[in-house]
Amino acid sequence: MLYREAGDFKTSYTADSQTFPIRFDRYGYYFLLGFAFLVVPLIINDYWANAIVVPFLIYTIAALGLNILIGYCGQLSLGTGAFMAVGAYGSYKLMTAFPDLNIVFVIIASGVVTAGVGVLFGLPSLRIKGFYLAVATLAAQFFLIWLFTRQPWFYNYSPTGMISAPQREVFGVAVTGPRASAVAMYMICLCFLISLAWLARNLTRGTLGRQWMAIRDMDIAAEIIGVNPLMAKLTAFAVSSFFIGISGALLFTVYLGAAEAGEAFGIDKSFLVLFMVIIGGLGSIFGAFAGAAFLIVGPVMLKLLLVNTLGWPTDLAAHLEIMIIGALIIVFLILEPHGIAALWRTIKEKLRLWPFPY
Amino acid sequence: MKMTHLAAGIAATLIAAGPTLADTLHFPNLSYRTGPFAAGGIAFADGYADYFTLINERDGGIGGVPIRYSECETAYNTERGVECYQSVRNDNPLVLQPLSTGITYQLIPRTMEDGIPMHTMGYGRTSAVNGEVFNWTFNYPANYWDGASVIINYLLDENDGSLDGKKIALVYHNSAYGREPIPTLTRLSERYGYELLTIGVDSPGQEQGSQWLQIRRERPDYVVMWGWGVMNPTAIQEAANIRFPMENFIGVWWSGSQQDVLPVGAGAHGYKALAMHGTGTDYPIYEDLQRYVIEPGKYAGTGDEVGTVLYSRGMYAAMLAVEAAKKAQEIHGVAAITPAMMRDGMANLEITEELMVELGLPNFGPAFSVACENHGGSGAAMIQQWDANAREWNLITDWIEPDRELIMEMAMEDSLAFAAENAITPACLN
Repeated sequence: MLYREAGDFKTSYTADSQTFPIRFDRYGYYFLLGFAFLVVPLIINDYWANAIVVPFLIYTIAALGLNILIGYCGQLSLGTGAFMAVGAYGSYKLMTAFPDLNIVFVIIASGVVTAGVGVLFGLPSLRIKGFYLAVATLAAQFFLIWLFTRQPWFYNYSPTGMISAPQREVFGVAVTGPRASAVAMYMICLCFLISLAWLARNLTRGTLGRQWMAIRDMDIAAEIIGVNPLMAKLTAFAVSSFFIGISGALLFTVYLGAAEAGEAFGIDKSFLVLFMVIIGGLGSIFGAFAGAAFLIVGPVMLKLLLVNTLGWPTDLAAHLEIMIIGALIIVFLILEPHGIAALWRTIKEKLRLWPFPY
Repeated sequence: MKMTHLAAGIAATLIAAGPTLADTLHFPNLSYRTGPFAAGGIAFADGYADYFTLINERDGGIGGVPIRYSECETAYNTERGVECYQSVRNDNPLVLQPLSTGITYQLIPRTMEDGIPMHTMGYGRTSAVNGEVFNWTFNYPANYWDGASVIINYLLDENDGSLDGKKIALVYHNSAYGREPIPTLTRLSERYGYELLTIGVDSPGQEQGSQWLQIRRERPDYVVMWGWGVMNPTAIQEAANIRFPMENFIGVWWSGSQQDVLPVGAGAHGYKALAMHGTGTDYPIYEDLQRYVIEPGKYAGTGDEVGTVLYSRGMYAAMLAVEAAKKAQEIHGVAAITPAMMRDGMANLEITEELMVELGLPNFGPAFSVACENHGGSGAAMIQQWDANAREWNLITDWIEPDRELIMEMAMEDSLAFAAENAITPACLN
């Protein structure tokens, strides 16, 4: 009964192949967009923005990027943390070199820089596959972090090696630096996320996306039917790194404000984003949202529940948090190996049939 | 996305339910009792908490107002640190003590904006000694550059005033924390003619094979260490393995606690470290602690850290916070002070030897006073040496003064550069 599909006819191919073909879904999506843009800015407070929503939005961008590479093109990567660092250090260098450049362009430009670096480290993917490629991207992770911690040019010769984001404004409203309000930070991250999610959705269902999926499913067959593996793999690396670079730039400029490569963009960050993609669901845009929500919002919720509501000691809560999240990951992967996105699909199928299951 | 909003709704009600008590003095602690740095974090947090408990139990709070102590787990992770900061910043935090240089760097601009004092005792940004730029950040009684200078002064003393031609290696945690002393040691090497070798260890620091291989090859006369957490025992073990003479191996005050040397056993005998305060339970305050906190079972954690070096440091930090709060109450004539009043108390703090005796901590820390031009206290430190047989740290020197002139000069340069970057006009607040 939730999904009333009666009378929902499609009269053109465009209407039939739209992202949300079911009217109920479409309205839900419009409602969510409206809610995110119009209602959340009015009710959000500093704690919510800074501790939960902004990191969720930023990590969703990273998960979207990695999902393009792993979920759509089938190229395993463990260099996500380093590519985020490229975005962060790129934005830092651009911000300090061109103080008058608008922050939006700085962030997009750092995405472009990251795309270039991603293509460079994607080159081995033409020769090696699977786990071996994962190890090659692991090399990117260690090399890039080494570069950012040991080459003083990247952190402008600051004695501690920390980079810190100066204040920047969009339409006269500070979005980076300590004076940035919660709403401003939320809005800039939301705008980036929505436009990038829209871009990802449209890329993945177009020619490029189909080429990626052909390579993922069987690269030799794809080559025989005329997909150029060089182009397909390198574009996947480029687009994926572009997303990840933007997420790294946002994480540094908007969220953290100060960072150092080894601590903020270490190997654990690569794994965190990889887990988001796997738990959310490979090859699904919704999966990136769900995975990021699970791994970013989940631990904070657990902490709030255990420490603030139940009053348990912080160390006990922190240990329990690791155990509970770990157990949930295992349970999820046993019950639904294809991630939360697949679970959502099943629920949706059931809802469409409900209350008549046959 | 729907799940997120549902979860958001649940959590919003959870937060709204939290009580806020106005008539207490809130001392939050961004602690870490988990992760690779927990060994140090637990001891510090226990000491910090126990002293506040003692003040509440024995004196009924500060000036009659009870202390409310809260902890937020950061796991030494900067993202969690931001989350913790957000969770306490609207809850009248009187002073923040993040115990992490990385988190300190993130919080300096935020606390300046929000008007919340931060005390980074013996860590954090060294140039915060210039209170005209860093109005809200304090790093008394000593900072990293003081530590580096004290070590060099000690070595000068050992070598009859000349380090010419000596080779000193710095083994450092490759983070903002570990890189802090490099500028000072470089400047001092130009003055005293020793050769400085900097060897970074990536966090958390369990892998140090290649670094110690390099030390074995280069044969430095002295090794200085800026390590923390799991890096410390690993380094001391590696030094013991290559038979580096332990008496020539000196750690900063964050590399000189029981947790760092005990795992190495007899091999750590003779290892030296800086001490910014006394240690052990031979101070009168422990009688009160025993009576009011430990025996009634009100201690934090498991109670097995009492008297260790880092426990003493946590207690010292809490003691300085309480004294600053008293000073603030005295200046403003109100008992329920605000963070802004607390800042005034910290900026005018004066610790004398008589006060230390009165508090039951004679000769525990240096006598110093804080002023707007100097948020860094005296900077003096002692050298302690580990006795593996007796399993205790022995102080082997008296207070050694750092080269404050040079440090202030360097701190001025660095802080004024920060002021220029962030459009701050250096000025005292009061």
